[in-house]
Amino acid sequence: MKIAVLSGKGGTGKTTISTNLAKAMGWNYVDCDVEEPNGFIFLNPKVIKTEQVSIPVPEIDPSKCIGCQKCVNICQFNALAWANKDVLLFDKLCHGCGACSLVCGYGAISEVDREIGHIDVGNDEQITCMRGTLNIGEPMAVPIIRDLKKMIGNEKTIIDCSPGSTCSVVAAIEGVDYAVLVTEPTAFGLHDLKIAIELVRTMNIPFGIIINRGSHEKDLIEEHCEKEKINIIGKVMFDKDVAVLYSKGKLLVEHEKYKELFLHIGKKVEGEIACSLL
Amino acid sequence: MKIAITCVKKDKDSMIDERFGRCNYFTIYDTESKSFEHVENKGVTSAQGAGIAAGQQLLDHGVEALITGHVGPNAMKILQSGNVSIYKCSGKNIKEEIDLLLDNKLENINNAVPPHSGMRNRHGRA
Repeated sequence: MKIAVLSGKGGTGKTTISTNLAKAMGWNYVDCDVEEPNGFIFLNPKVIKTEQVSIPVPEIDPSKCIGCQKCVNICQFNALAWANKDVLLFDKLCHGCGACSLVCGYGAISEVDREIGHIDVGNDEQITCMRGTLNIGEPMAVPIIRDLKKMIGNEKTIIDCSPGSTCSVVAAIEGVDYAVLVTEPTAFGLHDLKIAIELVRTMNIPFGIIINRGSHEKDLIEEHCEKEKINIIGKVMFDKDVAVLYSKGKLLVEHEKYKELFLHIGKKVEGEIACSLL
Repeated sequence: MKIAITCVKKDKDSMIDERFGRCNYFTIYDTESKSFEHVENKGVTSAQGAGIAAGQQLLDHGVEALITGHVGPNAMKILQSGNVSIYKCSGKNIKEEIDLLLDNKLENINNAVPPHSGMRNRHGRA
């Protein structure tokens, strides 16, 4: 069972919601926001294992290359070029698809691993935590997210996604049972929420909304959800206590009133998943 | 010698496009036949690596000199590997730029600008 937490807009509180939900529900936590994995700051698990993530990139043997340029022409990503009777490799652009080595009829191309990041596995007292970290300057996050998702298995897991509706988000939410869309009651929040809703609908993932920094009055997110018949599964109030806990790197569930709130949201999510399976 | 110029329109009176990888057209001038050729830049339609695609195209055309505004790091690598001399445009039209180049009055570019500089509306960069 997997729940993805995504948002459309950045800075709405995905990490806050997902770390606290994981802790409250006792589910495993996986940080798929590999460009900025911040969940470990709050969960503070003991890292027990670190694994490298690499992608295969071509290595060209000039003694075997006859200069047919088939590899250059097949590459969809402009990672290979032909200049001055040599194949030039731009390794950051390589997606590791392997087409170049397949098409080379002279065995001049072999694939070598290039490290792009790493995965940490850690233990909290009750839950397993994982995070992927993309090396600085690397453009491609998806291979790390794929590796992370292979490691998840069938256990109950919360997946913390990156903001937006990018390839990374699509890779992270592929195959999840439920999506939690975190948003804030602002015009920007609503705008980006609509894009996220379109994404989860396209991918046929059942979903619900959590409003962060909400107020007691009816806001524009609630109006939109009412109109579109979208389920709001929780609301975290705009509260100084939250800011204080967050700024100290603490989980909200350490506070009794928030523990109850997240347990309540967790139950609601589990109920929603059960309903979606009917 | 073939000289390539990055330009906005498919016309020898066109303005120069200061971008390299994402310019619309290349005008290629052959100093021997004194003829102009206009080619569409393949880099424009590339999802990634526009500078590389554009650079490759110039090498395939046998271009030896390039007049443009800014060249990114990947484009710089391929152009230098292909021994293309790169010159900074001076904001004139194509004809005048060629004359300036042939009079040795254009400055050489040896340093790349940051990647994606030519993509419009990005943090106010040109």
